[in-house]
Amino acid sequence: MKIKLIPIIGLEVHVELKTNSKMFCGCKNDPFGASKPNIYTCPVCLGLPGALPVPNKKAIELTVKLGLGLGCEINRESRFDRKHYFYPDLPKGYQISQYEKPFASGGELKFRIQNSEFRIIRVRRVHLEEDTGKLLHRKIDGEEVSLIDFNRSGVPLAEIVTEPDIRSAQEAKETAKKIYQIVRALGVSDADMEKGSMRLEANISLSEIKEKGKRKKEKGELPDYKVEIKNINSFRFMERAINAEIERQEKILESGKKVQQQTFGWDTEKQELKPQRVKEEAADYRYFPEPDIPPIVLSDDWILKIKDQISKLPEEIYEGLIRTGIAAAAAKVIVGDRELAEKINGIIREIKEIGDIRDIGNWALHHQEMIKEKPVDELISLFKQGREGLVSDSGQLKRWVKEVVEDNVQAVNDYRKGKEAALMFLVGQAQRLAKGKADVSLVKDMLSSKLSSDL
Amino acid sequence: MGFKISPQEIQHVAQLANLQISDKELKLYTKQIQDILGYVEQLDKVKVEGVEPTYQTLDGTTNVWREDEVKESLSQEEAVGQAEKTMDGYFITDSVFGKGKSTIRQLTEYKKVQESTKREIDGLNVVLTEVDVKGNIGLKDLFLTKGIRSTAGSNVLREYTPQYSSSVIKLLEKAGFATKYKLNCDAWAHGSSGENSDFGPVKNPWNLEFTPGGSSSGSAAAVAAGLVDFATGTDTGGSIRLPASFCGVVGLKPTYGAVSRYGIVAMASSLDSPGIIGRTVEEVEKVFGVMVGEDRRDATSKREGKRGIRRIRRTEEIKIGIPEEFFAEGLDSSVKKAVNGAIEELSKAGLEIKRLSLPHLKYALAVYYLIATTETASNLGRYDGIRYGQDRSFFGAEAKRRIMLGTFASSAGYSAKFFEKAARVRTLIIKDFNDAFKDVDVLIGPVSPTPPFKLGEKANDPLQMYLSDILTVPVNLAGLPGLALPCGFTKNNLPIGMQLIGPRWSENLLFDIGEKYQGLTNWHKERPRV
Repeated sequence: MKIKLIPIIGLEVHVELKTNSKMFCGCKNDPFGASKPNIYTCPVCLGLPGALPVPNKKAIELTVKLGLGLGCEINRESRFDRKHYFYPDLPKGYQISQYEKPFASGGELKFRIQNSEFRIIRVRRVHLEEDTGKLLHRKIDGEEVSLIDFNRSGVPLAEIVTEPDIRSAQEAKETAKKIYQIVRALGVSDADMEKGSMRLEANISLSEIKEKGKRKKEKGELPDYKVEIKNINSFRFMERAINAEIERQEKILESGKKVQQQTFGWDTEKQELKPQRVKEEAADYRYFPEPDIPPIVLSDDWILKIKDQISKLPEEIYEGLIRTGIAAAAAKVIVGDRELAEKINGIIREIKEIGDIRDIGNWALHHQEMIKEKPVDELISLFKQGREGLVSDSGQLKRWVKEVVEDNVQAVNDYRKGKEAALMFLVGQAQRLAKGKADVSLVKDMLSSKLSSDL
Repeated sequence: MGFKISPQEIQHVAQLANLQISDKELKLYTKQIQDILGYVEQLDKVKVEGVEPTYQTLDGTTNVWREDEVKESLSQEEAVGQAEKTMDGYFITDSVFGKGKSTIRQLTEYKKVQESTKREIDGLNVVLTEVDVKGNIGLKDLFLTKGIRSTAGSNVLREYTPQYSSSVIKLLEKAGFATKYKLNCDAWAHGSSGENSDFGPVKNPWNLEFTPGGSSSGSAAAVAAGLVDFATGTDTGGSIRLPASFCGVVGLKPTYGAVSRYGIVAMASSLDSPGIIGRTVEEVEKVFGVMVGEDRRDATSKREGKRGIRRIRRTEEIKIGIPEEFFAEGLDSSVKKAVNGAIEELSKAGLEIKRLSLPHLKYALAVYYLIATTETASNLGRYDGIRYGQDRSFFGAEAKRRIMLGTFASSAGYSAKFFEKAARVRTLIIKDFNDAFKDVDVLIGPVSPTPPFKLGEKANDPLQMYLSDILTVPVNLAGLPGLALPCGFTKNNLPIGMQLIGPRWSENLLFDIGEKYQGLTNWHKERPRV
């Protein structure tokens, strides 16, 4: 039996939320704009004795928004937990985070790479936590020291965790990009990877696949190890880092050895993995509920209000159109116009035959103005008439209308004097020119608007 | 019973807690922590299926948050000025990549706030810092005072001059009170005797060979000795009521959430209740009225405290419950006699007395020592000596012991058995109280099972020391108010105290009964002869 290895990859994406003030105190949230170190700090974000956190409502709203944007369920009851570890940039010896009850969970990202099948990457959770301070490494008088700036300490940070559904470095890159697009479209974060307001981490392991005839059967459970790559600050580097790690693990496994659970960083300069010198012997964060903050209970109304703030993401609409079979060129035009996109989506919801839907793209390209003006049910009948061979192309119809108006001065004057029946005579003349194939209702609309505007 | 823990596990726990411990300490802590865990294993007997854990006592409060508004920060100088090592506005620490310690010290000079000095009065060792001789109030040194050294009784903060003041201090100052002394206490509020202060034990003004009780030792002793009219304290498991009882003064542990915790060194966040010690119930009530109220900087503080339960009832209509568990085996006979005497007095005054049972009360101490130490271990994580104060090697023995016990109780693999289990039993204890308060208005019992004990008597046996809190901790677990007041003396002339316990937000009711009692008796008028 031949053994094949398949990558099992999950992502953790951190984004700093765009708020005025920090997560648990009123200090300014502007670590990149600060002119000096330690000027946006206070008892709370410096971890002074006796200081207590009070959560920032806006940060909670943005996290819920992000959760909704990623297709997650918003948990009606959430709470903050303390995550314990010691590091000089973590002032309290614990980070206020969320463990058992995050704000959002169970979402899904859907995309395709070029013309491949659709891929669905599940989003496990979106939770809210506080950022750490920043360390700088210097040599002073020949001694290695770390300098600490707490301007970033306590900045609200949302963490998005995917399920290990990703199967290649390229897919990981696409997943991260997709998350980036959603974060940007929602406006919850600048997501500037160079500055570090969006940070990527990947968990990678390899699973064996046994080939059984033609059918591949994946082993049910996940590998019993995972290697973490932290501090990745570009999509390209993430792809490279993951490929490098897959290669490294393949070599180890092919030689019959076991891969050690480990954490790497990505060295941007050398373009290689470097082991992290994190001294967590065995991570034991001793999570427990944050006693300083009462639980957060969100009502349906509250969540609905956030939902209303979210216009549907362009990417999502685009994918939706592509999924129904509309050509990429047409989908792009439709997505570019919100009103048009809403109408087209309305029509698609009502039409069942796949063949029909494919043609909607092209039809939409030629009738953009009309589609935006008319109600959906009327559009559906117009579209169906069009499919039965009726001419509903507005350019062509306009030419016929123009000709009829010029050739039938008497009837035009009659109509303008109030003789309604004259209009139907003119429609009949247009139909004669069209050899019976003109869309009658469109012609009638065009004639009446032309005759009243030409007064 | 017989929970076994290996020195290797204790070593691992010390690492998790970022503590360096010597071989000698390792041996000692292994034994002591094993003893304590052996005691708490009684929780195994409690059935908790379907019982939700309690992590906070907030009457169901949710969604306390602030609007996204920028407020003033500290200046850079204030932010880094308390650190030992800084450069160009940065804090400096040993390289996270390097090995060994750097020898670099402070590179930028900040003007040091003048340090007030310790002052010895009457051999009591109560005053850590003299602030203003004309002042009238004393502060447990856990209360931060801007520009005035605040130590929490620990060497870790022996040179710490806070950049801000606690909310309560601001309220007191606004009401015209002035701080006279910062008062000695058990370091980090860990202790029942005052002996855990890194600045030496406080003495009991009634007899200098005895402990004043802890952890607000200096507060109770200073009030008893007449050095201040009032003193603030904090009560996490009895730390106001116990010293008040041992020193013959009145101590109020308010409802959890009634008084802001902001700016008070935290011990166990879900239990800490700042309160007040004074000579009479009436005086305590007056100061409490100033301290109480919602603080937007403390998300767990609440408004109800101001309203309280209206004091319109005539005391004759009040029903008092006597929980049999408060009078169980092990209660000193002199204590029993004094408290029974008080009950009789109240009964004669027309209050109805009813005996009842709180079946889960016997587990309260075990529950308390798991929850309190877990939260303490977490709250003491910030003391790393980088931004202020000294490094973690400056923690005293009791702080290290509690940090390790709490780290162990919440560590992977043990959290469900210890910390979480304790949180579930806490729910049952709260239910017992709620059930009792359906029948009676308040509960009455002794504060401590024994009268004041001698200095050094329990110092080497942490478990015996912890047992002093057995009657006070249930109140903290349920977030209830408790009022300790003197009710007699031993034949050696040492004070004995009782406590009144009411439902949440019933301070006014406790004051009513307390004032009634003090109107009938003279115990509170007795003063030590120092």
